[in-house]
Amino acid sequence: MLHIKVTDRESISNKRSVMTLIVSLIAGMTAMGLIFLMSGANPFYAIFKIFSGSFGSRYGMMETITKAIPLILIGAGLAIAYRAKFWNIGAEGQLLAGAIAGTWVGLNWGPHLPSYLIVPLMFIFGFAGGAFWGAIPAVLKIRYSVNEVISTLMLNYICAEILMFLIVGPWKGKTKFGYPYTDDLPASAILSTITGTRIHYVTLLLGIITVIILGIVIYKTRFGYEVRVIGENTHAARYAGINFFKATVIIMVISGGVAGMAGIGEVAGLHHYLLYPGSVSSGYGFTAIIVAWLAKLNPFFVILSGLFFAGILVGGDAIQISLGLPAATVQVFNGTLLVFLIMGDYFLKNKITLKWAKG
Amino acid sequence: MEKITQLEMVGISKSFHGIPANDDIHLTINSGEILGLLGENGAGKTTLMNILYGLYQPDSGQIKINGQRVKIRTPQESMAVGIGMVHQHFALIQPHSAVENIVLGYQHSPLFFPQKKIQDDVLAFSKKFNFDIDLSKQVWQLSAGEQQRVEILKALFNGADLLILDEPTSVLTPQETQELFVILNRMKQEGHLIILISHKLDEITELCDRVTVLQKGKIVGHADTKDVDKRALARMMIGRDVIFNIEREEIPRSEKVLSVNNLVVNGDKGIPMVKGITFDIHKNEIFGIAGVSGNGQRELVEAITGLRKSESGEVRITDTDITNQPPDKIYNEGISHVPEERIKFGIAPGLYLYENAILKQHRSDKFSSRLFLAYKGIKEHARGLVDAFQVATPSIFIQTKNLSGGNIQKLILGREIDGEPPVLVASHPTYGLDVGATEYLRKQLLQRRKEGGAILLVSEDLEEISELCDRIAVIFQGQFMGILEADDPNIKDIGLMMAGTLQL
Amino acid sequence: MEEIIISVAQRTLVAGTPLLLGTIGEILCERSGILNLGVEGVMSVGAVTAFIVTLATGNPWLGMMVAIMAGMLISIIHAFASITLQSNQVVSGLALTMIGLGVSGLLGKSYVGIPLPVKMNDWNVPLLSDIPYIGRIFFMQSPFFYMAIVLAVATWFVLTHTSLGIKIRSTGENPKATETQGINVSLVKYGCVIVGGGFSGMAGANLSISYSSSWIEGMTAGRGWIVIALTIFALWNPTRAVLGAFLFGGIFVLQYLLQPLGISPNLLGLLPYLATLLVLTAIGMRDSQKLAAPAWLGEPYKRGER
Repeated sequence: MLHIKVTDRESISNKRSVMTLIVSLIAGMTAMGLIFLMSGANPFYAIFKIFSGSFGSRYGMMETITKAIPLILIGAGLAIAYRAKFWNIGAEGQLLAGAIAGTWVGLNWGPHLPSYLIVPLMFIFGFAGGAFWGAIPAVLKIRYSVNEVISTLMLNYICAEILMFLIVGPWKGKTKFGYPYTDDLPASAILSTITGTRIHYVTLLLGIITVIILGIVIYKTRFGYEVRVIGENTHAARYAGINFFKATVIIMVISGGVAGMAGIGEVAGLHHYLLYPGSVSSGYGFTAIIVAWLAKLNPFFVILSGLFFAGILVGGDAIQISLGLPAATVQVFNGTLLVFLIMGDYFLKNKITLKWAKG
Repeated sequence: MEKITQLEMVGISKSFHGIPANDDIHLTINSGEILGLLGENGAGKTTLMNILYGLYQPDSGQIKINGQRVKIRTPQESMAVGIGMVHQHFALIQPHSAVENIVLGYQHSPLFFPQKKIQDDVLAFSKKFNFDIDLSKQVWQLSAGEQQRVEILKALFNGADLLILDEPTSVLTPQETQELFVILNRMKQEGHLIILISHKLDEITELCDRVTVLQKGKIVGHADTKDVDKRALARMMIGRDVIFNIEREEIPRSEKVLSVNNLVVNGDKGIPMVKGITFDIHKNEIFGIAGVSGNGQRELVEAITGLRKSESGEVRITDTDITNQPPDKIYNEGISHVPEERIKFGIAPGLYLYENAILKQHRSDKFSSRLFLAYKGIKEHARGLVDAFQVATPSIFIQTKNLSGGNIQKLILGREIDGEPPVLVASHPTYGLDVGATEYLRKQLLQRRKEGGAILLVSEDLEEISELCDRIAVIFQGQFMGILEADDPNIKDIGLMMAGTLQL
Repeated sequence: MEEIIISVAQRTLVAGTPLLLGTIGEILCERSGILNLGVEGVMSVGAVTAFIVTLATGNPWLGMMVAIMAGMLISIIHAFASITLQSNQVVSGLALTMIGLGVSGLLGKSYVGIPLPVKMNDWNVPLLSDIPYIGRIFFMQSPFFYMAIVLAVATWFVLTHTSLGIKIRSTGENPKATETQGINVSLVKYGCVIVGGGFSGMAGANLSISYSSSWIEGMTAGRGWIVIALTIFALWNPTRAVLGAFLFGGIFVLQYLLQPLGISPNLLGLLPYLATLLVLTAIGMRDSQKLAAPAWLGEPYKRGER
């Protein structure tokens, strides 16, 4: 009879962590290959196409970086929220709230202000919009024990409806021939891009600065220490006199705020006007959840995992065109990878020994 | 299945992570007999019984019932052959009624309306053994003694011939203990086999017919209790003559440090658990609080250390009022705290040892500026603690959950007394630790007393309390039944006070 | 006026039915201690499979059965991750939602916009449907409505009055104690997650072959999340879930009712989500939530070696 024995692994080396990660990713892609096979596509070609589409050419690479911008910003914010075991699933709504607030500033103040004033103002308002939207579930959780998974999700829907209301109603652009868009932002409020690409480098720079700051916050500061204690053991946090209310609200202000910056970055850098919620963000708030998870909630690693998932998004577009697979393929891919990452964690924490024994 | 008349365990061995917990154990028990299994914490008693109950598989050895070899792989198989177990921590579902709890483990529970259908049978059983419990009440509404009777009833109702009781008196008042003994003797007369796990000599000699002594996983002796010498048993259990090698010097207590005045504290359910308690602790004094757990000790300690708001009354340290201040403020005022359930409250298990070495002190100037933590100093501090308090660890860069319980407790105690705080509050500091660690920690507490510390020691372990404390308060249902000097002749009646029958 | 009231009441029940089905499934799952955030994805898979099978066979009952099976099958992912691998239940539930939404988009791509020639027809209960007013509101409904009510009562009955129910509740309250009573805790949880997934699949079928008779991506529109909120609102009690589901059904109907007043459809569209937030906050103001929640909800349980 085959005996399976599961024991805790006492210490985990870095080498083992990296190996497990690689094996999980490969296993996830293999599973995805099976799904391609079932949808009638050649799995090797499809997976090759995903990565050649995103990392295989200069154009693909640049697009990948463009899409990595919001993923890195949001992923870093989610990483610190999840460190404190606050399950923020509402980055999508926080992104939209930031886009709304930032666009308002851009449209109303932009015509009267030079670029070097209006751009920082838009990002500040974008941060504030996302931060406000993120602080609501924090307060609801601490004061009224409202489950944050549900509240953040509900706030996603609410923000999307508000955005729709604005672009079909009061904010509808006069120059848009009846389409539900706002007018274009004035030229001073539009972010410049690296020539020949869509990379709005101001947001990219902000993303990298965010990662560095949040990395320092988590690992070097007193606040980061308190966040990690809360995440590890709430009883110990109470014992240590850590103020939950304050810490949770601060975390969500940061987490929502950076998502808001990503939102205004997308509008001012790519679209130039406010449009359908599904077009402002192609699900970045959700993809960033896996970005944070793959980075093991370490803000620095978010840059790598953000690029990786941006690549999958770009490659997903590539296979949509060349293989005729629907957009949902990418979602399946992401979900499947997440499942395999979870499995990887299990094999990392537990030692599994198989042995044959008689009887 | 035929009735068990004799059960044998033959050559049972079991090890965890290469460390033997049971080593070649042989024992026999016959019907109408109560067998005591005596040994210290960690001697392997519970492991051995969990093997009998099917929770663990032995690495080698066999179990025989009425001379026939049986295989017990799961609790179900154990119940099927007629074995029942009452765990030290009750295996009861708190929000369910007693009957529902019995349905859960009963093998012949009907699928539909099980509560109604078995209620009468359960009641009949309950009457037969004089259990006197309200079966429709939810378990959390029952006292510890009643809950234990539900456990016993559950086992008997399942047809258990052999009943294993793991430290059954640890949660009982002396009166409830006597009631339990009456029930067990009654069962013995009915022909049941009973195994009593305990580390208390008195109850073993009072109740059991025979006793088997375990030490570090091995059997070190058997005896009939009618002709046993308690001193010899104690020596067998501990493995040396003197129980604890601790001397408490006479030190006159000096000025008052901590004073608690008419404190009232509510429990989790919003009802008062501490009902107006008053006491002072002085420099060079260990003040003990004895009592069965759940009588307000936790709430009292949490109110003093700032983890719980008090309803009325005050707590002062020297002349500062610290009533209802936050925990870090109270720490700064000079009260440190070794919490009960060390892993649950005292550490963040996934953080490194050095990070846990400053928990609650992380805001002090020594370890942080307004923004940043001073990791260099923190690491030095952690190394210092590890050396000074003999924490056995490969390095300070190890996740704290990988340390043993004793080493975690040494780290916590070290962290809490390193800055020589005027007051130390210690809850059950040696609970569940091995002899070496226990002795070490007790010596540290006495050392702290000698240096001028004032210590509030909460413990269920009367031996610990009486060895260490200068004065002992006995708590019962949120009130002190009296405060005794260590040499007070009334100390022999401490059991009565714990049970609430005597107030001084 | 009379006409309007009857129609509103009738449509409230229609809109509440899929919510009720999903909520019963989640209650069952959470009572065993597993938080399943995958409902939205599972519902979506149920909707698409029911639609495809009904379109292919012309038999909505077959469509519903396949949707239930599909819901059960895909829920195994969450069961395996949260029970066998003891992973974080929030994360694995989200993974299930992503996979479910993705798979349904993948399967349903070529079916978007096709109208269904046959759908699950409403069924008039003989005699009862003739009762004035009451008959039109309660007894001229889709079979899904009757099934949802029966299943809610049945789930309540199983949980409170059977030994199986006691095992399920005990598992969610205290898996360790339950295990020492010789009960296979993992098996109980697997059963609850999978059967609960079946309920969600059925709720999805309700949407695509009865509530509307078409398939579009995202047609579950957050109902899977509202279901999780309703589980809390119901305090984990299936009979209270009936009340909650139809209350929320009423809010969905309110959107259409208020539209003629000239309020923006988008602002009305956020009503159910806003209501969910408000209801959870209101429950949080009282302490009943903490008392009623299964004690081990969402906590991974590891069969202890020691």
